[in-house]
Amino acid sequence: MTVMQVIFLVTAVVSLGGAVMVVTVRNLIHASLWLILTLFGVAVMYGLLSATFFTVIQVVIYIGAIAILMIFAIMLTRRVKQEPGSSVNNNWWLAGLMALVLFTALVWMLSTWPGFQTTLPELPQDFDSIKVLGTALVSPEGYVIPFEIASFLLLAALIGAVAVAWERKS
Amino acid sequence: MPDDWIFIGIFLLLAPVFPAAAILIPRLIAPRKPNALKSETYECGIETHGETWVQFKAQYYIFALVFLIFDIEIVFLYPWAVAFDNLPMFAVLEGVLFILILVAGLLYTWRKGVLEWV
Amino acid sequence: MSDPVNSIADWLRMILSSWGLSEGMITLILAVLGVVVLATFVLIVDILLVWIERKMVARFQDRIGPNRVGPFGIIQPIADVIKLLIKEDIMPMGADKFIFNLSPIIALATVLLLWAVVPFAPTVIGADINVAVLYVVAIGSIGTLGIIMAGWASNNKYALLGAFRTVAQMIAYEVPMIIALLIPVLLARSMGMQTIVAAQSPWYIFVIPLAAVILFISSIAELGRTPFDISEAESEIVAGFHIEYTGMKFGLFYAGELLHALTVSALIATLFLGGWRGPFVDQVPILGPVYLFIKAFLVYYLIMWVRYSFPRVRIDQMLGFNWKFLTPLALFLLIVVAILDKAMTDVNTVWYVLVMLGANLLIVWGTMLILRRYARTERVRIAEERPVAVPPETEMKELVGQE
Repeated sequence: MTVMQVIFLVTAVVSLGGAVMVVTVRNLIHASLWLILTLFGVAVMYGLLSATFFTVIQVVIYIGAIAILMIFAIMLTRRVKQEPGSSVNNNWWLAGLMALVLFTALVWMLSTWPGFQTTLPELPQDFDSIKVLGTALVSPEGYVIPFEIASFLLLAALIGAVAVAWERKS
Repeated sequence: MPDDWIFIGIFLLLAPVFPAAAILIPRLIAPRKPNALKSETYECGIETHGETWVQFKAQYYIFALVFLIFDIEIVFLYPWAVAFDNLPMFAVLEGVLFILILVAGLLYTWRKGVLEWV
Repeated sequence: MSDPVNSIADWLRMILSSWGLSEGMITLILAVLGVVVLATFVLIVDILLVWIERKMVARFQDRIGPNRVGPFGIIQPIADVIKLLIKEDIMPMGADKFIFNLSPIIALATVLLLWAVVPFAPTVIGADINVAVLYVVAIGSIGTLGIIMAGWASNNKYALLGAFRTVAQMIAYEVPMIIALLIPVLLARSMGMQTIVAAQSPWYIFVIPLAAVILFISSIAELGRTPFDISEAESEIVAGFHIEYTGMKFGLFYAGELLHALTVSALIATLFLGGWRGPFVDQVPILGPVYLFIKAFLVYYLIMWVRYSFPRVRIDQMLGFNWKFLTPLALFLLIVVAILDKAMTDVNTVWYVLVMLGANLLIVWGTMLILRRYARTERVRIAEERPVAVPPETEMKELVGQE
């Protein structure tokens, strides 16, 4: 059991546990805080894969912008009090069974994939992943068209949000 | 390099310990005499009136959304900035185009009057 | 003996490995030790900051400040800490206990975490990660979360409203801050702090002063200090998001705010003033932290000076200033710096610095022209006749209604 495996297991348990709490907890604000814990777990996963840029990006965008957006939306509506009733419905055993079947199918499928057993080649010592990412983002043989389309997508999101949420006070 | 991230990981685990100790020490030495009057919420000296909620003001949400869009945009630009040495001039102009498209979005929201805080 | 930190670390490593511990364990123990030393040092500086702040505000207001408790009042902060520790901890009715207790911890912990990437000397830095600048942004955004949690958990309308406004202000000013942080990254071609410090052959404040100014203004707004302190408005009776906090929890918010100011000063000093660079620092690395703290306290002095000189800005003015002025300015500066830097790839340093500086000053001059025209139209608009209840020339008789 190497250290990486231990850290991976702890992170996985924390992320999955947080995800379960998000959907079972009754108080919406507590649910959003559990979601932040889960997102943090995902960020640590990125770090374990040596994608350190994505670790910090995950925290900046997901926790720093999207989670705050969600918390704003929850707090600006009134119904955050505990809702009475149980947090599961009557068919929870059926849902659990289907989840188990799906999980077993996925594990079986992945175990027949030869790539599962191969270890990844080590990156060269002076491999600067961010430089490579940056070059790939704007080079014509790389991803420049998706890069520019991404900016259009963000523009569309901005205009769409304004069109939907903005009421002109006349 | 991984040594650095181990330092940060340990810092993440240990940093809350210091303020937590600062909160736990009063629990040992400070007096604890709760009574109904002390536990009331503060409302300029009178009793609270109504539930604790905030008037729905779409402005908060819209500002958070505009912030989200610009946050994502600038995060896209960080790899572009780091790789600056390897980029020919037209790649720099591609990045500038990226920025200009979103400046157009900012101008749109400005003209629509979305950026006013009424 | 010129590099004590690394000498001690190597000596400890030798001792621990002679005890038979594995390599990984040694790294872990040294990392824990490093974290504890750094955090303790930072917290002690924090306590000193309380004294500095109080003495400075006193001098700005033409009085003396604390001078009874110890020589020059230097023991005053310790007296304050003891006082806060023995105060009763009151939790308002209906408050969310767990979040109420968690928020001050998050507020101080996020500020402590920022010190992990501040380079003290060429060989002394907590963690020299290659994404340090974005790490700073990430930790700052977690701090924003702590504030909204504090406002929510207090079960108080005013705390919640204050928290909303504070978060709206903080996320708004994060945009020009991230752009202003991107410009030194662009010039140094790296996000790692040591690389940025090493690349500052002239300090960046002489190359891109406008970016430093934008970062300075955005940081003051992020800190929630005057002139942007609408959230905690000290002279107003409803103190914003930390109104329900008593004793040491309030102390954590307050100390956290001061420490955040020093942290931001240290970051500005690292990114724009050359960090630990100074004469003889390569031969005697121990001078590095000295230079860094001199520069950091210089920026901190500027932050305090701004605080005690300007009146408070209204929230709509503050947000308008951000979205309509700072953000477009920062984006325009980014475009200009990017294009100029690429166009001047093979120019020698002196011309490069002069052209960049000239471009910055040109942008400042153009901005001033636009602002002057805007100020003129605003003045005309405000001086317009407004409807009044009664025309001012009305005689008293007509008012009383003589027949």
